[in-house]
Amino acid sequence: MAIVTALKKTDPLPAAAQPAARGRISIETVSVVFGRGEASHLAVDRAQLEIPAGQFVCLLGPSGCGKSTLLNSIAGYVEPATGRIIVDGVRVERPGPDRGMVFQQYSLFPWKTVRQNIEFGPRMAKKNAAEIDEIVMRQLEMVGLTAHAAKFPSMLSGGMQQRVGIARALANSPSVLLMDEPFGALDAQTRTLMQENLLGIWNEVRSTVVFVTHDIDEAVFLADRVIVMSTAPGRLIADIEIDLPRPRTLDTFTSSAFMLLKKQCLELIRQETMRGFHQVQGGHA
Amino acid sequence: MTRYAIRILAVIIALGVWHFASTMKIDFIVSFKNIPSPLVVGSALGDLLTSSKFYVHILVSIKRICIGFVLACLLGIPIGILMGRSRFAEDLILPYIEVLRPIPAVAWIPLAILMWPTEESSIIFITFLGAIFPIVLNTIHGVEQTPEVLVRASQSLGAGKGAIFWHVVLPGALPSIVTGLAIAMGVSWFSLLAGEIISGQYGIGYFTWSSYTLVQYPQIIIGMLVIGLLGTGSTALVRRSAQPFLRWQVKGR
Repeated sequence: MAIVTALKKTDPLPAAAQPAARGRISIETVSVVFGRGEASHLAVDRAQLEIPAGQFVCLLGPSGCGKSTLLNSIAGYVEPATGRIIVDGVRVERPGPDRGMVFQQYSLFPWKTVRQNIEFGPRMAKKNAAEIDEIVMRQLEMVGLTAHAAKFPSMLSGGMQQRVGIARALANSPSVLLMDEPFGALDAQTRTLMQENLLGIWNEVRSTVVFVTHDIDEAVFLADRVIVMSTAPGRLIADIEIDLPRPRTLDTFTSSAFMLLKKQCLELIRQETMRGFHQVQGGHA
Repeated sequence: MTRYAIRILAVIIALGVWHFASTMKIDFIVSFKNIPSPLVVGSALGDLLTSSKFYVHILVSIKRICIGFVLACLLGIPIGILMGRSRFAEDLILPYIEVLRPIPAVAWIPLAILMWPTEESSIIFITFLGAIFPIVLNTIHGVEQTPEVLVRASQSLGAGKGAIFWHVVLPGALPSIVTGLAIAMGVSWFSLLAGEIISGQYGIGYFTWSSYTLVQYPQIIIGMLVIGLLGTGSTALVRRSAQPFLRWQVKGR
């Protein structure tokens, strides 16, 4: 409550606009081209997308469709050939701590302990020791790894490593959290646990999340909105609102509403995959 | 425990074969006629251990190794980093390395004597040359294999170029650099010995070679064993002293 009143004093915006006012993403006719000349290939084709602040969006598509590339251009690792990406009114030109990134795997600094990994961002931001301590404690608690703070990543399971990855990205309080198939390398049981875990964390931080996955169940379970992408060239072909009630639990997976939405996504992707498949075969004939 | 027992047993077997071959004066393919037996070598070693001159030989060699090795580190690691980070630097320096590296230490001796003012400095130069190439090459390798995902992760956490270097590139290259240092330590002993055999008045290499010309055969074997022991010991020391920085490599959950 204290935080809300403090915001009211400094922020002239109406109350409704206040929660999660950061993290609005505009993707404006973004194309990404890899390579030059004849070897060049269009990875993302004129992607157009508006993501309001605080939304949980899943980018869903088959492997190699360019969904990670689009994510990487929001992160600032990849420069679009045309168009632009704007986050909170600022054009993305390079990576920055306002856009936290969680990778598929092996992205923790192996020579830093769990604690040192998490405090990396705050240290780069030149926060003082007391602030860093507080942030690290809070993050460790949030991902449930307080007891493992002094361990090196090689001593942790894959699921634990990904939790550290999430905590490390969130330690900078980013307005946008970008996640590139973060649970793709985990076994099925751990993955489900991590998905629930992530929703719990998101419920606390309420930043915008762009989550890349090829797993339909995962996308429908997590997202407010699923954006389906097609292969070669990567195009955004469908925008499906997921109005399943929150909090979502294990029961969500078996609900009829979930099944229906899943079927919808499945059919869209199937159509697209078939189309791409026939094109490739036709091209070779 | 059993593994250590096997290792000790292996040494005992070797000593037994040596004793048998030298006392029986075996002359089949290789000749053991002039090779002293382990017992003779042992008693000669007993005498040497009470002579201060023997220790001077060892200490002089260790000193040369230290100077040559430290200089090679001070020059080799920065050159390796520079070459790993900048294509221009790599193109500029690599031709020298490719031409000079295959030249064995012995071949450098005449030129080293001509180039350096004292015998001591030419021996240290040869030691240094042996050490620097493995250091440079392993440092380049370590720096170049920095995982791209870690660079990206650190950029997204707000790291600039300097921070990426200190927190990502350098620690990532460290295991490879340490391997380079350990190899360099071994090579610098080869090179030192070459230098000491041809020129010098002290040093364990000089001791070994002069024992041959003085027909003191047990001393040759002692010299060889001391060289082997010092080489192994110093290499282990390099690895051991880097261990605190590489604790993160331990596996096991």
